[in-house]
Amino acid sequence: MKITNSDQDLVAVVEELSGQNLYACFQCGKCSASCPFTDEMDELPNQVIRRVQIGDKRILSSRSPWVCASCLSCEVECPKGNDIPAIMEAIREINLRRNVDETDLNKLDTDGLPEIALVSNFRKKTG
Amino acid sequence: MYYPGCSLKDTAIGFEESAMYASEQLGIHLKELERWNCCGTVYSLATDNLMKQVAPIRNLVHAQEEGYDTLYTLCSMCDNTEKRANRLVQNDSEKLDKINSFMDLEEDYRVEVTVRHYLELLRDELGWEKVSKPVQSPLDDLKVAPYYGCMLTRPKEIGLDDPHNPTVLDDLITSLGATPVDYPYHSECCGSYNTVENQEIVLKQAAKISEGADTAGADLLITSCPLCHYNLDTRQREYAQQNPSHKPVPILYITQLMAVAYGNPDVCRFEEHAIDPSNTIPIKTKALNKR
Amino acid sequence: MSQTDGVEETVRIHIMGKEYEVPKGLTMMDAIEYSGYQLIRGVGCRGGFCGACATLYRLEDDYKLYADLACQKTVEDGMYLMQLPFTPAGRVSYDIEDIGDGGNPLLENYPEIARCVSCNTCTKACPQDLEVMDFINEAIRGNIEAVANLSFDCIQCGICAARCPAEIPHHHVAQMARRIHGKHHHPKSEHVSKRIDEIENGEFDDALEEISSLSQEVLQKRYESREIE
Repeated sequence: MKITNSDQDLVAVVEELSGQNLYACFQCGKCSASCPFTDEMDELPNQVIRRVQIGDKRILSSRSPWVCASCLSCEVECPKGNDIPAIMEAIREINLRRNVDETDLNKLDTDGLPEIALVSNFRKKTG
Repeated sequence: MYYPGCSLKDTAIGFEESAMYASEQLGIHLKELERWNCCGTVYSLATDNLMKQVAPIRNLVHAQEEGYDTLYTLCSMCDNTEKRANRLVQNDSEKLDKINSFMDLEEDYRVEVTVRHYLELLRDELGWEKVSKPVQSPLDDLKVAPYYGCMLTRPKEIGLDDPHNPTVLDDLITSLGATPVDYPYHSECCGSYNTVENQEIVLKQAAKISEGADTAGADLLITSCPLCHYNLDTRQREYAQQNPSHKPVPILYITQLMAVAYGNPDVCRFEEHAIDPSNTIPIKTKALNKR
Repeated sequence: MSQTDGVEETVRIHIMGKEYEVPKGLTMMDAIEYSGYQLIRGVGCRGGFCGACATLYRLEDDYKLYADLACQKTVEDGMYLMQLPFTPAGRVSYDIEDIGDGGNPLLENYPEIARCVSCNTCTKACPQDLEVMDFINEAIRGNIEAVANLSFDCIQCGICAARCPAEIPHHHVAQMARRIHGKHHHPKSEHVSKRIDEIENGEFDDALEEISSLSQEVLQKRYESREIE
């Protein structure tokens, strides 16, 4: 995969939004091992980071950041202390700030859902 | 000074009412913050999103305005969000200034308020011995699986216990006379907000966690998070309806277990639960009442 | 800016970006009409009650955006006016008869209230000085009574909804709360029911017939000489 200078934009934006040094990740895979939701993800957490490291913008259309429940298990396991949830959030935010919400309130059936579920869902999945 | 959070006033009313009762028995008066807003439930992880820090900081400003230096929370998510937001402005004075400047009608937040979870109050300020004192209906034969969830112990900076081997809920269970059960999923995420649109993720987790607790011999689970409760109660029942062989495991809030042990299950509002715990508790406890 | 020699004092204002000189002491609405505009929308009772003349404005050398009713607020020198005759705000279609007294119907019908970030912009925008952020927070909690009480003086001008970053239609949410509160929590008005029965039983038919047959002059005379308690 050819990495051109323009791909560095992705790294720069994700680093700025997450406040993390993406190159600190050496792909040990502990984050993916601890993540309870890998079955539903198309890219594992460590793979998501790898894609950003090499500037692969296709990661922005991955389902993984939207399946992520911000449970912070990965953060606790990371030997470098990287804030992986923040990296996931950065990818979500890049999409949300383009005014493309993941959750469409117009189509949502909220019957019986407690406030805590709706508020947290909207915070993570709408801009 | 107590911060309820939205759910405790509505869908998790049993959590608040049992907490009020249990606290009175312990000689603690939970005084609700007079003016408060939704904390936002989740801590915003984007470094530049100060808008989403306004809500939790605003609550701390109100606590400060009302003259309190400690804010106690019951909901794990509120606890996590408030603690992390507080820590953010503690360590970043520029962000604090911006947030204060934005909230121009209120007094500046001087970072003088500490946020503590109810469990910290019990463990660190009262001590488990005092928590045992009001027990009237010992839960001798009751096996309880502590469900820590994510927000009490993670991230490490604000966690109230070790994320890998937490013991605070186990200690609470023991102090009430019941037996804590060890099982692998005590801190595995329930699926959280995926319950809104990706229910299958939550159903899977509800099954895994409750079956894990059941295999380890638990009669019920306890939690201190209204979202975990919804996912492990309502969604677990949904899973049970789709999979009739699944044995439903009831889930209680921490203070509901306390209220039962202290002899007053009626304040718990068990009728609001999807999985009826009243089949489990009176059989095991000596508190035989109208049920 | 003022002039002497019997000429009244004036102030400079901007309407839709164009500068005008208007007499001091006029309301924003009067000033707009004085400047030659005919208001056919965004105007109503002219008495601060209907909410039709919502206006946003800025003052010179002041970064703040203010909100008020055009018929109530007096012009100031350096004002830049922006009329808001209508705020599109999703109003959910519902039948109040179908709404029970349980659950959280506000959250169910207006889930966008869960997007509230408690920024307080709505409160600052309210010309009636209502605690809008507070009642939206009460709505999230399902406290219908609190929403109804806090929003009592709402005139549905829609400025809050126009400015909200979470795109919440505060005035519609509050209206729903007041309707539910009135239907389920307030005691039924016995004397109103009684009067309705009396009307339906024809007890006022003769009086109505009589008054309908009166001429304009007699009617006017009766109206002017009526007893008011």
